[in-house]
Amino acid sequence: MDTMAAIRETFFQECEEQLAELEVGLNAMDEGVADSETVNAVFRAVHSIKGGAGAFKLDRLVRFAHTFETSLDLIRSDQLATSPAVIRTMLRSADLLADLVKASRSDHPVDETRVDAQIAELKALSENAKEAPPAATAGGGEAEGLDFQPLLLAIDDLGPPESQTARYAIKLIPAPDLYRKGNETVRLLRELSRMGDFRVECDTQHVPALDALDPEGAYLSWRVELTTAEDEAAIHELFEFVVDDCELEIVVDRAGGAPQASAPAAVAPIAPSFVAPAFASPIASAPAEAPETIEPIESLAPATAVEPEKAKTEAAKPEAAVSAATIRVDLERVDRLINLVGELVINQAMLSQRVLEAGLARSSSVAAGLGALEQLTREIQEGVMAIRAQPVKPLFQRMSRIVRELTDATGKIVRLRTEGEATEVDRTVIERLADPLTHMIRNAVDHGVERPEVREAAGKPAQGEVKLSAAHRSGRIVIEVSDDGAGINRQRVREIAIKKELIAPDAQLTDGEIDNLLFMPGFSTAQTVSNISGRGVGMDVVKRSIQALGGRITIASRPGQGSIFSMSLPLTLAVLDGMVVKVADQTLVVPLTAIVETLRPKAGDVHALGVNARVISDRGGFAPLIDVGQELGYRRDAADPVGSVVLVVETEVSTRCALVVDAIHDQRQVVIKSLEANYRQVPGIAAATILGDGRVALILDIDTFVARTNRSATAQEPLLAAVG
Amino acid sequence: MSMTILTVDDSRTMRDMLKVALMDAGYRVIQAVDGQHGLEVLQQETPQVIITDINMPKLDGFGFIENVRRDQRYLGIPILVLTTESSPEKKNLARRAGATGWIVKPFDSAKLVDVVRRVAA
Repeated sequence: MDTMAAIRETFFQECEEQLAELEVGLNAMDEGVADSETVNAVFRAVHSIKGGAGAFKLDRLVRFAHTFETSLDLIRSDQLATSPAVIRTMLRSADLLADLVKASRSDHPVDETRVDAQIAELKALSENAKEAPPAATAGGGEAEGLDFQPLLLAIDDLGPPESQTARYAIKLIPAPDLYRKGNETVRLLRELSRMGDFRVECDTQHVPALDALDPEGAYLSWRVELTTAEDEAAIHELFEFVVDDCELEIVVDRAGGAPQASAPAAVAPIAPSFVAPAFASPIASAPAEAPETIEPIESLAPATAVEPEKAKTEAAKPEAAVSAATIRVDLERVDRLINLVGELVINQAMLSQRVLEAGLARSSSVAAGLGALEQLTREIQEGVMAIRAQPVKPLFQRMSRIVRELTDATGKIVRLRTEGEATEVDRTVIERLADPLTHMIRNAVDHGVERPEVREAAGKPAQGEVKLSAAHRSGRIVIEVSDDGAGINRQRVREIAIKKELIAPDAQLTDGEIDNLLFMPGFSTAQTVSNISGRGVGMDVVKRSIQALGGRITIASRPGQGSIFSMSLPLTLAVLDGMVVKVADQTLVVPLTAIVETLRPKAGDVHALGVNARVISDRGGFAPLIDVGQELGYRRDAADPVGSVVLVVETEVSTRCALVVDAIHDQRQVVIKSLEANYRQVPGIAAATILGDGRVALILDIDTFVARTNRSATAQEPLLAAVG
Repeated sequence: MSMTILTVDDSRTMRDMLKVALMDAGYRVIQAVDGQHGLEVLQQETPQVIITDINMPKLDGFGFIENVRRDQRYLGIPILVLTTESSPEKKNLARRAGATGWIVKPFDSAKLVDVVRRVAA
């Protein structure tokens, strides 16, 4: 990648950051925050995008960003009030800007009519604003639009007229400010001298006596005679920075082809004062000796000289000033590192076990060193995992756009409130959360929040609220989507479920069970399939996506008050807290999150149910007993639960099951190794891991395991027959 | 010893572009991310030229220039302002704050270096 391509890449990354800033700022303004810091940040975001876009000649982007910026500038200068309508226009503009950035990045076309419409909308705002306050300054709207043409390039294009020389008489009398602002006559004269045939005279007659001399004063003036092929504009450009800090006179003498011949005459009128300088004091005569050499003026700017020693030490620490808060790393490299650390964890565990087996005392130096290694390994692992962690903020911000578009489409008034945006989760989790979250947000607006008139009739504010929150809770991340709408209409859910033959007409269901019907495949509560949430995917897909991430989703709903969808997800997909159990001489890992409690059943706790099935009394209810060894095909007959260990697990459908295993071995973090990548997918098994002794252990997928058991309750087919 | 230029800009893109263009021209480049950071950097290093953006968080370009101009140590140091606004007001504000000159964005490398040469020793 060449340098420009790399910078271009940086630009687009920075655009993403600016767009996020923009969205945050506009949302804050939407909520009534109008301090200058927020407004400035919003303005700056668009301004930066425009600036960078200009550098890459992304004209479309520049054009829109410029109009957008102009409107924001009116807000910034209090010429445009931030009414809800204005903020909405700004938010929509931000959405379009984001689309334009995306299109520019991938060189995709954009809907020009949409751009034009949005520009017209912004301009209308600006026009209205300018009509109202009479103090509207020059430089807005169209005028500024023209002003933003790449000015410097335009000047370059003008170019010097070929072979046309002209003679100029230039008089320069600097004011003290010229030097104070870091400009230098010596440099100006040097640049002039490069333009052509150059003669200069210095007038020193105003230099006072030394005791009266202000070191920052300006006492010298110059008279230049220049014959050049450059045009007058080029000379003016040279003095561009100093015109306000000096007296400048540029007189062109269009003598044409023979400038030399007429030179003396042209210089004559002002020449005498330079020829005969009059000095007030002999001490000040130094400058007078050098009317043609301009070095002495250098002393007026002592700061430009650097002590050589200091400069040397500075050179030794290049880039020290750069506050590089972030670096960019290929995701592949990070993943490779994570894999290696996974291997390291396994190796370290194996080593520990060997040391233990070798009978080395816990107090031995080897064991002590190993303990330290274990600690370090864990810290490395956490550190590496943290590299992949990202805040959910960008994800949440995407949702606010969705809410905005939905409110436009449905006529509902909904505000999205977000909480815990700084919460960090594994990047992959965030990526794979986008679709299910989008669907849930759509549902919340489309099905959850009522229409304004309905809300008002129910005594609620017309504006509904959808809340999106993230928080860390005991090693997992909990993301909640809640709304203050009508809540789940259980009567209707029940009717639909019966109609679709998902439940028996006389089924006795608790409220929770009815709510969970939403997650059943083929269920959709929308009576008319709207083009918003009815896209053929239901909550069952959402649920499956969450499960695929090792998460679970639950619903809580109260009639008239709204619903809460709560997702609990692992922080990372690379490790898992598991309980290592023994079943028929095999070692298995059960995810700790699924386990509610562990029991050692007594004879009286186990009850037979029919021929094959048995249940165990648990907390006043009964949970079906599942023999893990038998289910996986490790043994033909079920073990006696009495004398075994029972793990009570909770599945996604919130039903409890009791898994019978032989013994609990250990509780530890295991590194997840994909079965699909290394073997093939096995129902009931989530993945595999390598234990400390080097053996492979399978990790149970509780939900599919239990679901599979239920379905094959009668004719049981061992799940792992093929695995052996 | 090549000349050191301090660039002050909150945009990474712009910092990168300035750096590439200036380094190609043989200058040594040090960077700051806003005016406040720029002042901190100046405590450690004395560049021969400063190029600063105007619109920045914490301390904007105007404030930055005013601070630099108040400090006797940096007397006469050329400060160029990066600006997309080529309108006279912006230039006048920059000038009043004590800027030596300005560079209008978008700039091409040649033009940038040209302007730097014009104000640099």
